[in-house]
Amino acid sequence: MMANVFVAAYDGSPAGRRAVDHAVAQAKLAGASVVVAHVLEWSPYSFLTPEEIAERHKRRGEELKRAESAVVAPLAADLANSGVSVSTEIKYGHVAETLCDIAKDHGASQIFIGRTGHSTIVERLFGSVAGSLAQIAPVPCTIVP
Amino acid sequence: MNKRMETRALVGAAAASLLAGAAQAQTLDETINATFASATGWFVNFIFSPFPGTSFPWIVAWLVVAASVFTLYFGFIQFRVIKHSIALVKGDYSDPNDAGEVSHFQALATALSGTVGLGNIAGVAVAIGIGGPGATFWMILAGLLGMASKFTECTLGVKYRNEYPDGTVSGGPMYYITKGFAERGVPGGKFLAALFAIFCILGAFGGGNMFQANQAHQQLSGVLGDYPGWITGVIFAIVVFVVIVGGIKSIAQVTEKIVPFMAILYCGTALIIILMNIGNIGWAFGQIFAGAFTGLGIAGGAVGALIQGFKRAAFSNEAGVGSAAIAHSAVRTKEPITEGFVSLLEPFIDTVVICTMTALVIIFTQQLVTDPETGLYVMNEATGRIATVGDTSGVGLTSAAFGSTFAFFPYVLVVAVVLFAFSTMISWSYYGLKAWTYLFGEGKTQELIFKLLFCFFVIVGAAASLGPVIDFSDAAIFAMAVVNIIGLYVLMPIVKREVESYLSRLKSGEIKKFV
Repeated sequence: MMANVFVAAYDGSPAGRRAVDHAVAQAKLAGASVVVAHVLEWSPYSFLTPEEIAERHKRRGEELKRAESAVVAPLAADLANSGVSVSTEIKYGHVAETLCDIAKDHGASQIFIGRTGHSTIVERLFGSVAGSLAQIAPVPCTIVP
Repeated sequence: MNKRMETRALVGAAAASLLAGAAQAQTLDETINATFASATGWFVNFIFSPFPGTSFPWIVAWLVVAASVFTLYFGFIQFRVIKHSIALVKGDYSDPNDAGEVSHFQALATALSGTVGLGNIAGVAVAIGIGGPGATFWMILAGLLGMASKFTECTLGVKYRNEYPDGTVSGGPMYYITKGFAERGVPGGKFLAALFAIFCILGAFGGGNMFQANQAHQQLSGVLGDYPGWITGVIFAIVVFVVIVGGIKSIAQVTEKIVPFMAILYCGTALIIILMNIGNIGWAFGQIFAGAFTGLGIAGGAVGALIQGFKRAAFSNEAGVGSAAIAHSAVRTKEPITEGFVSLLEPFIDTVVICTMTALVIIFTQQLVTDPETGLYVMNEATGRIATVGDTSGVGLTSAAFGSTFAFFPYVLVVAVVLFAFSTMISWSYYGLKAWTYLFGEGKTQELIFKLLFCFFVIVGAAASLGPVIDFSDAAIFAMAVVNIIGLYVLMPIVKREVESYLSRLKSGEIKKFV
């Protein structure tokens, strides 16, 4: 049998932290490992100015470095003594779709994601990440309030 | 010959009000205008001089011959790979692990926002106004051939770009001419590259800046009533300053997002107008083909139509000019040739689709006056162009054609012109900057000097009357093509090697889709 893997989405927010903590707690019970996924929103169809295009490679490097040092690494350090094996991934893309891809790549059996609990007009119109993930997730998806 | 006619033709109804203003004492606008015309006249005359004994400008032949040579040399590459080009833009061949880097789509969209602009609205109307419907035929042909030029220059742009340790890139004709010539052992690369950079700076100040500011002002004063050009100039200059010097990218990003929608709205409206007048279809295409080969009474006959069509196509899609190579060179790709494949879509979208829409709307709505007895176009002796229903030309003619069906559309057009002008300025400020730093070295001070000069020329462009501005703009942009195309001839065997290698690997399945 394949090792049980949970994917936990983490964007650096308190809601994301709740999702990760919940995933780690569940993983402990199930004897699973956790992949903490941090996705940087990116569309290959957005529009950039010529200057942004020229600097894109440099900016991408900076963004990845920042995501690692400011968001993912502190969390990983925090979870080092949780008794659960935690790995991390940083990717670019459409957030919900990329989380699904990461889950598929790792053969994960569950995805955990936090929600802000706001019901702003913007979220009503365009949907939230947790909402779209619930619609398209290939595996059971736990939305942590 | 046609230069003067064109000058007159573009100074349309909208500009008539400006001329009225000229009756007053020497204004600031007038001073700028006179100084500008006397400073640039010799350069313009040289670029547009005709072959001895003919009225055919050598520069037009230069562009068309180059586009034809590239088309033949690469075996009609623009038609063979277009399906693959579309697959590349869709991202079928992009490695998902490269997400976050510039995609083919983004490079194409940005390069397009630099070319789609007034050439598609005003330039086409000028071509039709002087060259008649037949100019459309030659314009489309020039667009199709130009795809091969664009392919060649953009492939080289990526292949020979400079990548700096901090991850930024600089590319374009200056770089491929220097490095490529050295690689092939051809002398003179450094000199040609410097010459290109000088023309590129002039082109950025001219067609990429003053022409845009000028036409935007014409449109605004047409709607808001007459007011001095320097006011538009100062406002535009402030906005450009905020974006390129202040680094307030949000304004540019908003424009970049609106421009594609405006382009779609423009084409959509054009299609609706064409469908509403669909009864004219047989007649319209009859006019286009007959005009292309007989001229239908226009000044200069079929050759006049050809010159107008070719010239406006080149000005609009910039194939062979070298500007797109600067925009495309920043894309992340392991295969430079893929960027060439993507870039060849540009002249297609710009000229074969968007320019043709403008032309068809003008023709379908019957803006040009024909003699009912002979079926030939009636010439307006005073202006040297074809008489039109409302005596309009340039943007005014396009506006009248769209307005004849949708009365509100001229207002949409004003917004479109202003936005297109702005996005073209932002793109060209970057092209010019790259040429500038190539000549004077990379550095914050050098960049700031260029950017301030660029803002200054926005004001000059809006204040000067159109004649000298469009002449100088055309001349500077075509001068870039003179140098760039020499470079392309020398370096085209390198591109050929790349094409053959890539296409054989694509065929063998070594290059695979990721989806």
